[in-house]
Amino acid sequence: MPSAGPVGAAPLLSVSDLKVHFSIGGGLLSRRRAGLLKAVDGVSFDLRPGETLGLVGESGCGKSTLGRAVLRLLPQVAGRVVWIGQDLAQLSHEALRQKRQEMQIIFQDPLASLNPRMTVGEIIGEPLATFQPNLPVVAGKKMVQDMMAKVGLLPQQINRYPHEFSGGQCQRIGIARAMINNPKLIVCDEPVSALDVSIQAQIVNLLMDLQRETGMALIFISHNLSVVRHISHRIMVLYLGKVAELADRDTLYRNPRHPYTQALISAVPIPDPDVERNRRRVVLKGDLPSPLKPPSGCIFRTRCPKATEICAREVPPLEAIEHGHQVACHHWRE
Amino acid sequence: MAAQGNGQTPVLAVSHLETVFATPEGEVKAVNDVSFSVNAGEAVGVVGESGSGKSQIFMSVMGILATNGQARGSVKFKGTELLDLERSELNRIRGVRMCMIFQDPMTSLNPYLTVSRQMTEVLTTHKGMSTADARKASIALLDRVQIPEAARRIDMYPHEFSGGMRQRVMIAMALLCQPELLIADEPTTALDVTVQAQILELVSGLRRDFNMALVLITHDMGVIAGMCERVMVMYAGRVVEAAPVSQVFHSPQHPYTVGLLRSMPRLDETAHGRLATIAGQPPNLQRLPAGCSFRDRCDRRIEVCAQEVPPLRPITPERSKACHLQAL
Amino acid sequence: MAVITQHGQIPDLEETQGRSLWQDAARRLRRNRASVASMIILATIALLAVFGPLLSPHPYDELAWDAMGVAPDFERSFWFGTDTLGRDLFVRTMYGARVSLMVGIIATFVSLLIGVAYGAIAGFVGGRVDAVMMRTVDILYSLPFLFFVILLMVIFGRNLFLIFVAIGAIQWLTMARIVRGQTLSLKRKEFIEAAHAAGVSPMTIIRRHIAPNVIGPVIVYATLTVPEVMLTESFLSFLGLGVQEPLTSWGALISDGVKNMETRPWMLLFPAAFLAVTLFCLNFIGDGLRDALDPKDR
Repeated sequence: MPSAGPVGAAPLLSVSDLKVHFSIGGGLLSRRRAGLLKAVDGVSFDLRPGETLGLVGESGCGKSTLGRAVLRLLPQVAGRVVWIGQDLAQLSHEALRQKRQEMQIIFQDPLASLNPRMTVGEIIGEPLATFQPNLPVVAGKKMVQDMMAKVGLLPQQINRYPHEFSGGQCQRIGIARAMINNPKLIVCDEPVSALDVSIQAQIVNLLMDLQRETGMALIFISHNLSVVRHISHRIMVLYLGKVAELADRDTLYRNPRHPYTQALISAVPIPDPDVERNRRRVVLKGDLPSPLKPPSGCIFRTRCPKATEICAREVPPLEAIEHGHQVACHHWRE
Repeated sequence: MAAQGNGQTPVLAVSHLETVFATPEGEVKAVNDVSFSVNAGEAVGVVGESGSGKSQIFMSVMGILATNGQARGSVKFKGTELLDLERSELNRIRGVRMCMIFQDPMTSLNPYLTVSRQMTEVLTTHKGMSTADARKASIALLDRVQIPEAARRIDMYPHEFSGGMRQRVMIAMALLCQPELLIADEPTTALDVTVQAQILELVSGLRRDFNMALVLITHDMGVIAGMCERVMVMYAGRVVEAAPVSQVFHSPQHPYTVGLLRSMPRLDETAHGRLATIAGQPPNLQRLPAGCSFRDRCDRRIEVCAQEVPPLRPITPERSKACHLQAL
Repeated sequence: MAVITQHGQIPDLEETQGRSLWQDAARRLRRNRASVASMIILATIALLAVFGPLLSPHPYDELAWDAMGVAPDFERSFWFGTDTLGRDLFVRTMYGARVSLMVGIIATFVSLLIGVAYGAIAGFVGGRVDAVMMRTVDILYSLPFLFFVILLMVIFGRNLFLIFVAIGAIQWLTMARIVRGQTLSLKRKEFIEAAHAAGVSPMTIIRRHIAPNVIGPVIVYATLTVPEVMLTESFLSFLGLGVQEPLTSWGALISDGVKNMETRPWMLLFPAAFLAVTLFCLNFIGDGLRDALDPKDR
């Protein structure tokens, strides 16, 4: 399966051992010791131009936190994020702000991500005004209307307000805003989860079309494995802040090696009664452990059907088992 | 839609149900002339998107519509008409013989009372049990829904449970009186997919054990494929297609159903091109087009679609559809 | 390459005007009859305050030796009667309206300016700065207000301007708390995060994104602050700490009126009625604004 971008091209984004920890509780006068929430605990990956990396996982896996940490919207505790050869941590506030033209984000709740008191034109035009303050008004307006047409909105609705649009249209507005400065990367944080199924397909198509046209990279975060599989080139499965498995999309589906990936795939309902009736599901035991008190060794062991003694003792390293396929499991061979 | 004629009274028989809401901008018909029935022990899926009216049908059935809503028509539970029943009579049926669970467990769980309080109350009120017996029965049911350490956890408050466990508690509460019909409104939409699989398996098992009829309201066709025997597809307050599950998936007869199935990426797909989409936006119930509500988004529309609302007509004894086209 | 989703529509090229949230709110407010009636009544009182004295032949400070403490007398144009010194009560009530309304509006404005700036900064910056700023507010809150005002009056004399400042300086505390709360909840909204991610600078975020969304509750609270301020001023006047004679306010008039309540009830009746009606109207308008601006109605 061809991966996007020329082979051997330098990666656009290079994340090494990224960690994001939050301290919970504690405080100035509190006697309770602060607990440590390791939302993202050592994630590494590369992203090439024109590629889509899907991030999947369930509640508490840290995928949204990871997406925001890559864009430096959240403070990270450790690890490096290198963007086009530049370590983002070394940049000054102002230099980082300038970089924001190149890396953008779209959100899960389409309406909440738009300022209700600004018109659509003002919302989409804001990034233009921020980085090209001397742009003449007429030129700016034309760019906004062109972008509106490109994402499937009627340009003459430029003076309307977000609450006058449907959910799908609001998401298009968000996409237009993210695209107006020609970014090289867009982080999509559950962009279709809040939309009707038929509208999801429209937005997925739109993102794929825009990617084909502009060659931008996408990080697509979702809990919906079917959608992620459709849009991504590679998929990373996260569990409680750690990478369980990373592979290209067909390999992940046809040959998942991590028990969690296997359980996830077997749990996704498929719209075909014959298939559904004959499925054998991998059922996970128990509940998600508290992220404040993760199990020793492999964090997945409390629910894993293959867990043995070694899993409680040693954290399984993320190893490459074949080209482009990494797994963090002691028992991946079975 | 024809009942599976085996002579028994259907558990639920809805006939020409219309639910109207009075809003400042005018009347909105959320449910528009809907008729169907559910037989004992059957699992029926109701699928649709926003504005389809799928939830409002069952809010009308349970009598829990918002104050500005009014239901007309006929809703019969085992032969008893529910729509203008006395409150006290209605309370003997709903919550006891006919129960509903929701997407958000916190809508039916009182955050200020312990689970044991809430569960034993149901049994002492409706089944006249003693408090001790009610507690034993509640713990047994919590075990059945796989809540670990049920005897200890029953004294906890709802917020102390995780999302998946709260959903199980809600299911347990709904099953306390062994209802003949369970209506589940998007019960797993807010849950992780692995938890969803557990809950759905649980509900399947319970349905078999209690011989309970199940109505499963969802937007996820995959869930319907795995859980239901029959399915009803709703659009803009009307039923557009109703059929046994295998027939709907293999040969859908309404353009909306076709569009819906084609626009969903399947995990086991092999092609990764553009998804077939349904053009346009979800329906605005305050400004529905004349004739068929789906016509603006339909790629197979013909002239008559703009003039007449297509009635729900049977095409075989088991299937019906609401479309002017002869066949797809 | 456009991805058109509107199906088979011929686009009209006229730009449609949007319907902003303010317009929605204005529409809802217009539908609230109590608010509309209150606004009309309030406007009438304000007009009377400005133009009323022109209607009457009597100046507000002229002592009529032959008409001291006289009941309402239409022949001699003493429409509300006179006080014990023979001054026309109608004109004095109108002058009192001017003072009371001015104090209400100006003091509220002062509290708004200080409170909004303080609260927005505390809420936006957060962390320790916020904690320190808010603890300061808490400490100031616990100081006895009356004491402070009396102190000011004693030191600087009974100056009308001083009353504005003193009362405004007290009211800003609650305004600051409200604005801080609003800012805190806004900070977490996704469109603020989107603005950060789009590279908008923090000052611009406060100006363009936070301020317009905070104004709603601020307006509502301001409308409800005006009656509070007016009552406070009335109380001060009642205690004899308010405006200097011959200038008067409703509070001062009520104070006089109470002393003569049994023999000359009109001296109490008219200013009290005006004050009460004004307070009612302001409260109705405040309620109406709150309902109109309530985001849950969207």
